[in-house]
Amino acid sequence: MIDIQNLSKKYISGKDHLVAVKNVNLQVNKGEIFGIIGLSGAGKSTLIRCINRLEEPTEGRIFIENVDITRLDKESLRLMRKEIGMIFQHFNLLNQKNVYDNIAFPLQLEGWAKSEIDKRVNELLEYVELTDKKLAFPSQLSGGQKQRVAIARAIANNPKLLLSDEGTSALDPRTTKSILSLLNRIRTELGITIVMITHQMEVVKEVCDRVAIMENGEVVEINTVQNLFRDPKTKTAATFINTIATDVEEEIISPNGLKGTLIRLSYLGESAKRPIISKVIRNFNVDVNILSGNINKLHETNVGHLILELIGNEDEIKKTISYLQDENVHVEVIQ
Amino acid sequence: MTEMAELIIPSLLETLYMVFFSTIFSILLGFPLGILLVISEKGSIWEKPLLNNILNSIINLLRSFPFLILMILLFPLSKLLIGKTIGTTATIVPLAIAAAPFVARVMESSLKEVDRGVIELSLSMGATTPQIITRVLLPEALPSIIHGVTLTIINLIGYSAMAGSIGGGGLGDLAIRFGLYRFQTDVMVASVIVIVILVQSVQFMGNTLAKVLNKK
Repeated sequence: MIDIQNLSKKYISGKDHLVAVKNVNLQVNKGEIFGIIGLSGAGKSTLIRCINRLEEPTEGRIFIENVDITRLDKESLRLMRKEIGMIFQHFNLLNQKNVYDNIAFPLQLEGWAKSEIDKRVNELLEYVELTDKKLAFPSQLSGGQKQRVAIARAIANNPKLLLSDEGTSALDPRTTKSILSLLNRIRTELGITIVMITHQMEVVKEVCDRVAIMENGEVVEINTVQNLFRDPKTKTAATFINTIATDVEEEIISPNGLKGTLIRLSYLGESAKRPIISKVIRNFNVDVNILSGNINKLHETNVGHLILELIGNEDEIKKTISYLQDENVHVEVIQ
Repeated sequence: MTEMAELIIPSLLETLYMVFFSTIFSILLGFPLGILLVISEKGSIWEKPLLNNILNSIINLLRSFPFLILMILLFPLSKLLIGKTIGTTATIVPLAIAAAPFVARVMESSLKEVDRGVIELSLSMGATTPQIITRVLLPEALPSIIHGVTLTIINLIGYSAMAGSIGGGGLGDLAIRFGLYRFQTDVMVASVIVIVILVQSVQFMGNTLAKVLNKK
């Protein structure tokens, strides 16, 4: 669906060079929700804006359904943008227009007939559950309601792609969840591909299929969300995951009072259902001490983490670890 | 009392006539200028730096002229357009031209208040430049524009009083002719009171209208 090749964006002001996006390559598949996560200043916002050329890329190409958007002239770009919806952190609603007119806005731009607009807007109002707010003005809405209006507006003319630029960052956790589930519905029911940038791992965990991790303008890791949680390849990714994982871990690891080998197990949904720990205890001559555990509910599956202390002789411990690995559990020896 | 009314009412009508038409013409000149200023700016939707610089210089130049001097300089233009240089109708020309750059600045600042994000949104939806101007910038800035027009009208009431002193007619003319030259202080005071009431009511109407229209 989207193929980004060697994308760079540099800002030059006088002698200062700022490379906001550095040589990014990534592909987004049709129908997936693709997350881009990074701290502020990592370049993710610039990256997503390059996709519809709100920012002009300095180098590289972006293909959207095989059309190179970086090569389009102004008019073709304008028409192309009609097929890419976008939502923003601060909603960007037209303050002087009511909910109805805000949603009708893209349709009016395209010169739809009044009756057609009326039909479509009412349909959308129902879809985002705001029929009762039809005549309200943005100033009378809550943040979540504003974002629903913005989403209805973004999908009004049936785009094939929806970009979310920190779409949930200004919302409280509960509202964030409801907006994310709306986005998920849009993906499943309407088949719209979604690319979202965020700095919240919660968002990625909740709704994304795959995720790119950005740091200093570069994409340092692209992974499915499941694999990312089970086995993050980069430190940045691990740090992001730890923002959700429980804080208990650090407290346990630091004391030196533990005698045995400390290991961290990460496993996905299926392995979690098998009684692995009790098998370990029965088959190997080790004592197992469970120090901490947590389960992260991802969009389609669960990822569990367990920190165990294994007490026993070295050989047995080695065998235990290789047994766990055979059982498709990711094992990391901490100390 | 009736004597006073007979003096004041025709002058008031002259003032209203001058202010009304000069407001309209200054808006016709100033609004497009203000819009051009905003959209031609660097980073805006119709970037034209050279045009932007030229417009800025012209507006600054016109605004730095003291009104009375500008008016005298514009006598030939009044002569060309209206056929004379003295009288209420002839005064509309310099009034409108003097106020136009002010209106342009007022328009510029109103439009700049429109959230950059909303413009970005319109771009992301594939809106054309004219669509962004007419469907986003102007409607979103409307309450602020109304404040600006109110300010313009009040300025023009002041200018028209000044213009009265060099043959423009209206309340300013009345105040000077009777109050200053003939020592009829009561006439001067009365005309000033009428001007004050006029300014107050314009301000009140402007504020009310802007408030009613503002949905923000």
